Amino acid sequence: MAEKLIGQDIAPPDLRAKITGRAKYAEDFRADGMVFAKLLSSPMPHCRVIRIDASAALAMEGVLGILTADEVPQSEGDEQCLTNHPLYEGEAILAVAAISETIAADAIEKIRVDLEPLPFVLNPLDGVRPGSPDGRPEGNTQVGRDWVSIKWTAEDFANAPAGSMPMPEGEGKWDTEWMVGDVARGFAEAALILDETIVHQSVTHHPMEPRSAMAYWQNGKLYIHTSTQSLVRTQQALASELDLELDDVVMIGEFCGGGFGSKISGSIIQQVPALLSRKINRPVMLRITRAEETYLGRARPGMQARVRIGFRSDGRITAMDLAVLGDGGPYARGDQNGGANTASLTYTPLNMRFRGLGVRTNTPPKAAQRGPGGAQIIGMLEPLMDKAARELGIDRLALRRLNAPDDDVTFGPNGSTLTGVNVKEAMDMGRELFGWEGRVARSGRMNGSKRTGIGVGVSPYTAGSRGFDGLLVIRPDGKLQVQQGLGNLGTHSTADTARAAADVLGLEWDDVEVVWGDTSRHLPWSSVQAGSQTTHAHTRANHAAGLDAKEKLQAIAAMDLGGRPQDYETSDGRVFRRSNPSQGMTLGRAATRAIELGGRYSGYELNEDLNAMTIASATALAGQGLIAAARDNFGGEGGIQSWVVGFAEIELDVETGKVDVLHYTAVTDCGVVVHPRSLGGQIYGGSFQGMGIAMSQKWVFDPVWGVSFAKRLYTARPPGILDVPTDVQWAAVEIPDPQSPVGAKGIGEPCVGAGSAALTSAIADALEGKCLCRTPLTADVLLAEIEGRVPAYGPLDLHV
Amino acid sequence: MAVIRDMIPAFELFQPTSAEGAIDLLIRYGEDGWVLGGGMDSFDWWKERIKRPTAVVDLANVDELKGVRVTSDGVEIGAMTTLTEVATHPELLANYSVLTDAASRIATPQIRNRGTLAGNLAQDTRCWYYRGGWPCYRAGGNTCYASAPTAMNREHAIMGTSRCVAVSPSDSASALIVLDAQFVIQSARGDRVVDAEDFFMRPSVDIERMTVLNPGELLTAIRIPSTWAGATFYYEKVEDRKSWDFALMTVASAMRISGGVIQEVRMAANGVAPFPVRLEDSEAILRGKAPSEQLGLQAGEAAVRGAQPLRHNDYKIPLMRNLVRRAVRGTEV
Repeated sequence: MAEKLIGQDIAPPDLRAKITGRAKYAEDFRADGMVFAKLLSSPMPHCRVIRIDASAALAMEGVLGILTADEVPQSEGDEQCLTNHPLYEGEAILAVAAISETIAADAIEKIRVDLEPLPFVLNPLDGVRPGSPDGRPEGNTQVGRDWVSIKWTAEDFANAPAGSMPMPEGEGKWDTEWMVGDVARGFAEAALILDETIVHQSVTHHPMEPRSAMAYWQNGKLYIHTSTQSLVRTQQALASELDLELDDVVMIGEFCGGGFGSKISGSIIQQVPALLSRKINRPVMLRITRAEETYLGRARPGMQARVRIGFRSDGRITAMDLAVLGDGGPYARGDQNGGANTASLTYTPLNMRFRGLGVRTNTPPKAAQRGPGGAQIIGMLEPLMDKAARELGIDRLALRRLNAPDDDVTFGPNGSTLTGVNVKEAMDMGRELFGWEGRVARSGRMNGSKRTGIGVGVSPYTAGSRGFDGLLVIRPDGKLQVQQGLGNLGTHSTADTARAAADVLGLEWDDVEVVWGDTSRHLPWSSVQAGSQTTHAHTRANHAAGLDAKEKLQAIAAMDLGGRPQDYETSDGRVFRRSNPSQGMTLGRAATRAIELGGRYSGYELNEDLNAMTIASATALAGQGLIAAARDNFGGEGGIQSWVVGFAEIELDVETGKVDVLHYTAVTDCGVVVHPRSLGGQIYGGSFQGMGIAMSQKWVFDPVWGVSFAKRLYTARPPGILDVPTDVQWAAVEIPDPQSPVGAKGIGEPCVGAGSAALTSAIADALEGKCLCRTPLTADVLLAEIEGRVPAYGPLDLHV
Repeated sequence: MAVIRDMIPAFELFQPTSAEGAIDLLIRYGEDGWVLGGGMDSFDWWKERIKRPTAVVDLANVDELKGVRVTSDGVEIGAMTTLTEVATHPELLANYSVLTDAASRIATPQIRNRGTLAGNLAQDTRCWYYRGGWPCYRAGGNTCYASAPTAMNREHAIMGTSRCVAVSPSDSASALIVLDAQFVIQSARGDRVVDAEDFFMRPSVDIERMTVLNPGELLTAIRIPSTWAGATFYYEKVEDRKSWDFALMTVASAMRISGGVIQEVRMAANGVAPFPVRLEDSEAILRGKAPSEQLGLQAGEAAVRGAQPLRHNDYKIPLMRNLVRRAVRGTEV
């Protein structure tokens, strides 16, 4: 019997192409007659287009056409691919197509565009000051769907202690407020109350591959090569935006050079080559440059926050009063509400109040970034847990464990529940593996000018969903073909979740072929590749399809060989009688029989609960073999979250403010491990991304002119490989998710908060417990503190 | 005219095979000509479409400008020698390690493979207002955006400013100043040789240039005398990341210590002023004294005397003081 594939290290089928450079990404494609487009973008943070004169550009040899905001799908209030009312520097106003990029760029320079500058706002707090401009004409925030302008009064500001964020009470000060329990009572029971103002900077996603796209039309169908996280869901998004039938959009995206949430669909800018191609009747390539990517490519929303936390003398949190202003950019609401839920789950305060306000700003669009909300709030709050533990004389890890949830946790405003929680097991395993006691004993030790700091970050994040479809073909050649509608984000989930189907049938990996990356290849309805859903959702969906295939194989065997279907087992490419394994047939033979039998065996009759997309795909595949198509009906209750507990040892050079990360240990609770090597890659990659957020990654705007400086990788400073530790290790508690037949949960996201918080915690430890309560903790910020000089930035300064 | 970035505009490319041929071309094109070394600075300017030369003189085929030669009194490094070669050359490693330390900390391995020593020295400042095309003093305008009370200037200068507060970005400059290097500049009128310190232009003299190179002149070689061969060296670069970052600050020193006393010393810093700064006050304190923590502190305090921080770069004062202390302590890590 074949060994189970779940849990093994198996190289994914796209690996060789990536390593050898043969993988073709969106901008590598060419089509006959293809031309290039370039964008004209807003040079200022908020303006209105008064007049466009493109006559000189259109008269140039080699220029084929222009696409303006008037020719693209109009949207009141939401983002358009081109606009006459730019709400941030870098927002695209128009596009020009030419036979070369050089000519297209020269043509852009010949366009005269008259812009009327409008007042702008860059950070949330400035957006609620009395008399401040709103980021949008409709208002500065939305309550429900209604636009409003929320301003705090001069008195609200005056009431806040110096350097603290105001926490105004009363109606109309926030867009979201909730309370569970009674925080006043909780604070009354507290032995220690912390009151801190914290800022977290926004950070651009910076995928290595910008969101380039190439589009052409044939016989009324749009063909588009893209860089997207979620293939069939991006196809759906683009079709909807362009008002096309789903099967009139053929989307090709076999590889994706990173997205981190910014390309969940990423469909908006894809409209430009699609529409321009239709207009000029030529294939159009739009290569997005690095600078354009930092504008159009989304960013994690920054926060300005104040939190009051009450602790019992044993460390139990009796009350948490959290108030957060989130940077929504022009088109989103910020991450603060999700962040509050994560705080509620991670620390289970006995009483909690949350007040949040997402403020629209004239900065590049904000969107989900790997652990949205959770990564910020954990990075912000973990050093405060340390501060409390120090003041109460309690072990820092023990304080976290005391406040950590169990399986029966209810959290957030609505008493949300989870399928299971094993964070305490992860903490305990990490305590051993990291050698917590031994390392903590080194805390504060000087090595020359370097002081040791020890940190820990505990981070949950969503890790699953339910109800998607699996679609399989067992071919006459005996191979199992697994159709995957997911995008190939680089996480290996496109390949790895296919194992669930093979395991049901007892197949070797060599007998499995995964089909992905091109919507004309008949793919099933799938989750978006986001929220760390896919490992959980699509091991379930493929398990369901595997069971459907097995049931059909058993039925065919019983039909041909006698006995009852349940007398038959499948393994090693055969379906055979349990009592007499020599009596059976190969899967290839069974597939041929399925074709002969027709009906439900080969895709002509399908379960009615399948999504219409899956039905269309299965119907197109009908007759090619034994077709199995099933919806994940396993059901379940409660949300699904995974955890990562990150531990770091650092040295802080007290003469330069520089931080070296010497060691990092991460322990995860993510259910059954599907692919150990890939899991390690996710844990390290996500943790390092978090370390960059804590240490170096910048998002800088001139406050007067409203324009961005961190728009190149070298000024934005995401971490390089030399900035992260080489002495790293990970482990998993490997407790299956109790509600999934496979038991696996996602992992992409919780590692970011763990990596970030392990460093904010370790740096505070190296500062003898002082929390600077901002990110990034760069050398200038740390040295100013160590030397007792004027702080580099004010406590609420953002975008620095 | 609308603005577009990230696309190099067309230009005429010349690829001479001799320094003389290159100089002829530079004279012919004057202000419209552009010297292309490794391209690490040039490509950025062109991509931004802010500097738009019509004629580019590419030195890639001028072999006489490449390589490290041991001379009767030290070493001569051709202007087009790559930073990788500088960082790994045996003679430089053996006797002038302050330079190899500096070169090996520049940018990334890829950039060091392409970038040249002359390019590292002659490159333009990275002030992001100036590089972003803002019409500042350095760009021929009449204001400095980076010194405004609200400006983002954590990377900017704490001394030596004159209207412009940008810093020199060269990591190798401070090392070459302490080695007392000389820069050979060739033109139609022949060669002239300037001391390393004097190669860099003060904004008080000419705010639009980073070096003393005139149109039609070419930096052809760096001469390092044997004066400081095998001395006690110190070099440290502080940056936000451990690669691919311009320095927040560099400090370099060379000392001759005998009998427990600093007999001779040269010390320089960069990232503190619009030009690399020789720290003569610190040198004077150190000369003839036995190194100690106290002495290092005095030298550090002397280095930052008169420094004037902008809104966001006050940290550079303690940083500079501390790096000078470390040079004396000799515990550079």
